[in-house]
Amino acid sequence: MPPSTRASDFADLAPVAEAPSRGGSRRVLRADVLRRTSGRIGLAFVALALGMAVLGPSLAPHDPFAITGESLVAPSAAHPMGTDALGRDVFSAVLYGARTSLLAAGAVGVIALVCGMIVGMVAGYRGGWMDDALMRATELFQVIPRFFFAIIAIAVFGPGLDRVILTLGLTSWPILARVVRGEVIAIRDLDFVRAAEAMGAPASHIVRYQLLPSVMPTVIVALGLLVGQVLLLEATLGFLGLGDPGAISWGMMAAQGQGFLRVAWWLALFPGLAITITVLGVNLLADAFSSARAAS
Amino acid sequence: MTRRFVAGRLAQAVPTMTAILVVSFILLHLAPGDPVLALAGEHGDAAYYAFMRQRFGLDQSLPQQLVTYLGRVVTGDLGSSYVYGRGTFRVIMDRAPATLLLTGTALLISILVAIPLAAVAAAKPHGARDVGISGAALALYSAPAFWVGQLAILAFALRLGLFPVQGMTSAGSAATGWSHAWDVIRHLALPAMVLASQEIAVLVRITRSTLLDELPRDHVRTARAKGLGEVRTVVRHALPRALLPVVTILGARVGHVIAGAAVVEIIFGWPGMGQLLLASLQSRDTPILLGLFLLISLTVVLANLLSDLMYAAIDPRVRLR
Repeated sequence: MPPSTRASDFADLAPVAEAPSRGGSRRVLRADVLRRTSGRIGLAFVALALGMAVLGPSLAPHDPFAITGESLVAPSAAHPMGTDALGRDVFSAVLYGARTSLLAAGAVGVIALVCGMIVGMVAGYRGGWMDDALMRATELFQVIPRFFFAIIAIAVFGPGLDRVILTLGLTSWPILARVVRGEVIAIRDLDFVRAAEAMGAPASHIVRYQLLPSVMPTVIVALGLLVGQVLLLEATLGFLGLGDPGAISWGMMAAQGQGFLRVAWWLALFPGLAITITVLGVNLLADAFSSARAAS
Repeated sequence: MTRRFVAGRLAQAVPTMTAILVVSFILLHLAPGDPVLALAGEHGDAAYYAFMRQRFGLDQSLPQQLVTYLGRVVTGDLGSSYVYGRGTFRVIMDRAPATLLLTGTALLISILVAIPLAAVAAAKPHGARDVGISGAALALYSAPAFWVGQLAILAFALRLGLFPVQGMTSAGSAATGWSHAWDVIRHLALPAMVLASQEIAVLVRITRSTLLDELPRDHVRTARAKGLGEVRTVVRHALPRALLPVVTILGARVGHVIAGAAVVEIIFGWPGMGQLLLASLQSRDTPILLGLFLLISLTVVLANLLSDLMYAAIDPRVRLR
């Protein structure tokens, strides 16, 4: 039988800052996350990114596709992040770009969460040959180099956000499945689960009321780190010109800035900064959540 | 190390590789668009198209092509590049040394920098130094490699003029021997540091957390009680055990390192496999893309295998599971 959760499961995600432990009510946990500086900064960054994604287009001073000034103007009051080679406002484009990145990361997160939960729960709770078979399949998916798989798949089917989401979703769930399975195995023989079984509770009840609440905190941390990683992958694919050619994305903007490094530093600086702040926010939140749990 | 353990791990790698092979093959043949058209141009005559199709085996049925392909791969033949007209394996291997030089240097730098930093951070958890080091590591971990590269070019190559911006050697340079080596080192420095920065971020985080698990243990306390200095205590008694999981994690990170190297190569015009990947994407050179995907997957599987075996060699508990 494959071993339960290994250190290498989290290697893909950079390790969680502190070893997880169990306990603590939900409200205490939430307060504890926000008491930490990392939690507060993380929340602020994530809120900033979400705000840009939701309100961006209505906040943008210009149409990001419209020529609104001289080309390659350095940041000024009229154009806080300067203009690009065609004289389009970079600030507006950064605001519009948030939507693409967050949509992709959110969708991949949902796919990974649903698939990972189902596979991990079934494998961990049922055990036996089912566990063996599911974990073998998971390992197959896990070993595929995600970045290169996405590149090849998109090269084949042409660029587009849906392909980015599908390929990254398809290769992201194994990490969560392994985390869920490890957690389920750790608790499935504990007394409270046994008691529910003895009272004749159906498997669906046990999964919903016994296993899910215990598994959730670890899954949230892993999911947070995963979403951070997906944001980076999406940006990198966009940078290579494999994103949706019709939608503005931060990665695509950074690629356009690459050709103008000598003359227009702002073209490369701001899109990358936007990605970094978003990813840092997600990672800080995951870290704060993980240490809050370890402390509780 | 027991023979059964090694054999079991090896046996696991075979179906994985086969699956990767089939998946990548199917993917590439689902591709809309015709490589022959891309290669011979839109306006060639039918006879020439047929000749090209036959020459690259594109006139056979898909299962036939798959069987041919699998048979060839097993014997080390990855087919011919559409663009270069040479063996795919040769084309890729021509680029491998540059990529190996870049990734090897970056890994070395990252290990040399990250472990001392992690030790300093773990010495006083949540102290000023720890917050600084851990915060910087998390920020680096959150930054896309291409952005770190762009910032490095802006600051160190363009503003300060310390390093060349692009390539592996100076344009038109016919230098040999030491001056050639020095030229390459100057070009290597910036991309290697950018790639290293990504791994430093991860290594610092892991090593710090494993060190924090290790430092409160009895054997470390004993070492301190015997009057050993703080540095020797950490280096001789805490670090060796703390670095155990790092071995596994380094193995699991190989895929990331190669992906990072590809991006860094593209940013810095470093003539390795990443550049080849981008060029092949643009020219739809299927055999090269397949070959790259295959070789990189193989490397990742082997690296995982190797780190599992290494871990088992260092830590006998693993073998008993």
